Amino acid sequence: MKLPDLSTTITDGNLIPGNIMARCFIDGNEAISRAAVDAGCRFFAGYPITPATTIFHQMVKMLPPVGGICLQGEDEIASIGFCIGASMAGMKAMTATSGPGISLYSEQISFAIGGEIPLVIVDVQRLGPSTGSATKGADGDIQFLRWGNSGGLPVIVLAPVDAVDCYQLTGHAFNLAERFRCPVFIASNKEIGMTRESVELAKLQLPPIIDRTTCPVDQPFLPFQAPAGSDVPYFLPIGGQRLVRQTSSTHGADGYITGDTEQIGATIRRLAQKIDKYIDEFSFYEMDGEPHCATLVITYGVTARAARQAVAALRLSGHDISLLIVKTLFPVPVKILQETIRAADRIVLIEMNLGLYKTEIERLCSGREVIHHTRMDGELISPEEISAVLRP
Amino acid sequence: MTSLLNAQRPPVFCPGCSHERTVHALDQALGRLDRAGNQVAVVSDIGCSGLFDTFFDTHALHGLHGRALTYATGLKMACPELTVIVVMGDGGLGIGGAHVLSACRRNLDITLLVLNNFNYGMTGGQCSATTPAGATTSSGFLNRLEAPLDICTVAGAAGAPWVDRLVATDRQLSERLAGAIAFNGFALLDIRGVCPGRFSAHNRTSLRQIEADMHELPPADTIVAANQRPEYSAHYRQLAAAAPACLPPARIEMRRQHALPRRCRILLLGAAGQRINTAGEVLCLAAMSSGLHASQKNDYPITVMRGHSVSEVIVDCEPIGYTGIDKPDVVIALAAEGVARRRQIIGALSADDLVIRSEGLELPPSQARIIDVPAATLGIGPRDQALAALAILCSQGPAITREALQDGCKLRFGGSILDKALDVIDRCRS
Repeated sequence: MKLPDLSTTITDGNLIPGNIMARCFIDGNEAISRAAVDAGCRFFAGYPITPATTIFHQMVKMLPPVGGICLQGEDEIASIGFCIGASMAGMKAMTATSGPGISLYSEQISFAIGGEIPLVIVDVQRLGPSTGSATKGADGDIQFLRWGNSGGLPVIVLAPVDAVDCYQLTGHAFNLAERFRCPVFIASNKEIGMTRESVELAKLQLPPIIDRTTCPVDQPFLPFQAPAGSDVPYFLPIGGQRLVRQTSSTHGADGYITGDTEQIGATIRRLAQKIDKYIDEFSFYEMDGEPHCATLVITYGVTARAARQAVAALRLSGHDISLLIVKTLFPVPVKILQETIRAADRIVLIEMNLGLYKTEIERLCSGREVIHHTRMDGELISPEEISAVLRP
Repeated sequence: MTSLLNAQRPPVFCPGCSHERTVHALDQALGRLDRAGNQVAVVSDIGCSGLFDTFFDTHALHGLHGRALTYATGLKMACPELTVIVVMGDGGLGIGGAHVLSACRRNLDITLLVLNNFNYGMTGGQCSATTPAGATTSSGFLNRLEAPLDICTVAGAAGAPWVDRLVATDRQLSERLAGAIAFNGFALLDIRGVCPGRFSAHNRTSLRQIEADMHELPPADTIVAANQRPEYSAHYRQLAAAAPACLPPARIEMRRQHALPRRCRILLLGAAGQRINTAGEVLCLAAMSSGLHASQKNDYPITVMRGHSVSEVIVDCEPIGYTGIDKPDVVIALAAEGVARRRQIIGALSADDLVIRSEGLELPPSQARIIDVPAATLGIGPRDQALAALAILCSQGPAITREALQDGCKLRFGGSILDKALDVIDRCRS
């Protein structure tokens, strides 16, 4: 069925004068796709997997007409490999999958970390383990994203709450990937990716676009040499004027394999530091209420939507309660977490998994109890469920 | 003829290794084609073939085992002018088999050199996908159980437009490499050679014997006539240039005032083919054109043409947080398949709740008020019952007005489908 052009308005009936508000009806996956293209992404490759497939559908509609490239890989390993190749040629690249695909990405993710290859990886999480439930949501991958690389180096994981976040965090994800030359994950969820909702898209703005820093023409180029005062090497594209070496092997600044442990150690420390040191500059979160409170609720992802409702209702009935929605999950935004945890009397953590963020919170609580509520059965955690936990 | 060999890093292969000959032949081939270093990218795999990129003053990408073709694909799509050469061994061929087949099918202008020495040299001489069954390897008797792969036959069957097979000592190697590189499409060369470090020690394999064995195989004569077709990247760009622009998402203008006092949760339960998801979307668009917020979640099995179809719709004057529906205000029940998915929820409905159902559909007992869709009386077919139920909902409370529902249809449909939808709404007026 051909759809009419919905951007034109209907002309009969009793129209309300003036465009008071015009919302779009989109899901999280479309929001991510739209933001990617708006952020300058011109290369996408993916392999079909529910609930991430509609990102591919959207990108294959959006990219070709704007001169971009959208490929369907023979598998997930190929899809992310295509993105790595395109990114090394200088393009902003994105891939999208769900938990089973992240497993197959794993070795390539390690390459992107070690080879300092900018890349945005969307994980529209579904209920695991393994094949699990394709059409049921969960937040069961967050530690998998953090630790699913060989070597255990830090990565950036952003967690949207709704379609609005999907749009804006995708913009940030591209900026962080470009700035730090690293893979950046968007930990979405079936319940966000495939839920359509009314969004004032025109009101949303992406952050100013950041591009990877290229090597000035008058300076010598070593592919893995961070310039003075920076932890991130200059980028030059494969295929450009000056020769570029990329390698998945342990390498020196020149991009050749090295066995020099001093150089190896320095590079590994730099790879960790370039992400960890700057976490305060990209600690995305939403604080609803005062830090000084009787109860602080911490949550992330789609569960935050129910938590907002539960907190609002309890506040109306006189409870002193605040809500912290963590949107940068990794590196753990220690500063903001510590500040809010310190000021609260009681800490409650709500998660749509078996409790994957619990240790991260507990280690910041100096031995204080963390009241913990989790659910992992394919159902959303409801506001009523959260209220029952929060009521003293 | 200028050389692109890296003067700082001469080849470091074992004495007698066939790979070294291929390094020089590749250099000569690039010289024949007059390629400058920055016009070439050497993408190397893992194993001894993975050292290849370091011997050349070209762009270089050394990646994971078996995945070299994946990077080469992204690179070539991004830089169509770049000469992209992939070098892998018979190990990479085996582990990356899916990528080799796909590269053959795709026909992107990449040249793949398979440095085939019949074993995993770097890891200690284990059998590979090309090891003869009679060979002695460090994999015990395992290679005796498997048939060796002739990649040229496989590649030809998979659609490769250029396949070539020769021994590394062949005098024509550089010329044949140049031909493959110059060919505008995917070209695969099976370059057979000896591995003195691992394979030759246990097997009396001479280059002469390898060559003799090779002649027993089906011919691999460069151009595969049946597989000639447009190169992928050029073809992609041709089709992409004709692709229609992707419109921004529709902006749903607010056209009317709503009278909804509080959140309304509507559960649509039906079966495949009843256009449940479409009805849910029309309802959301109707609500949005009245200035309301809306959310929609659909649930259906992978067999999209059979089984349940459930749509959960929430409309509200406030932004919608939690999108689950534990207690609906309205249930539209049109098929047993959908009802079976939400039996408990229906059973728990209270007297304030409304069920609009298909005539005669059995429901779990509940307190809810039930209205039937008089489909037979109104002449409404099974595909239009969901819309008819929404039209009935218009007369039952503030969730949605008839005008808003008409707006929703106008936003979702066009042409004769719209006319039919508006007619269904009209028929339900009474």
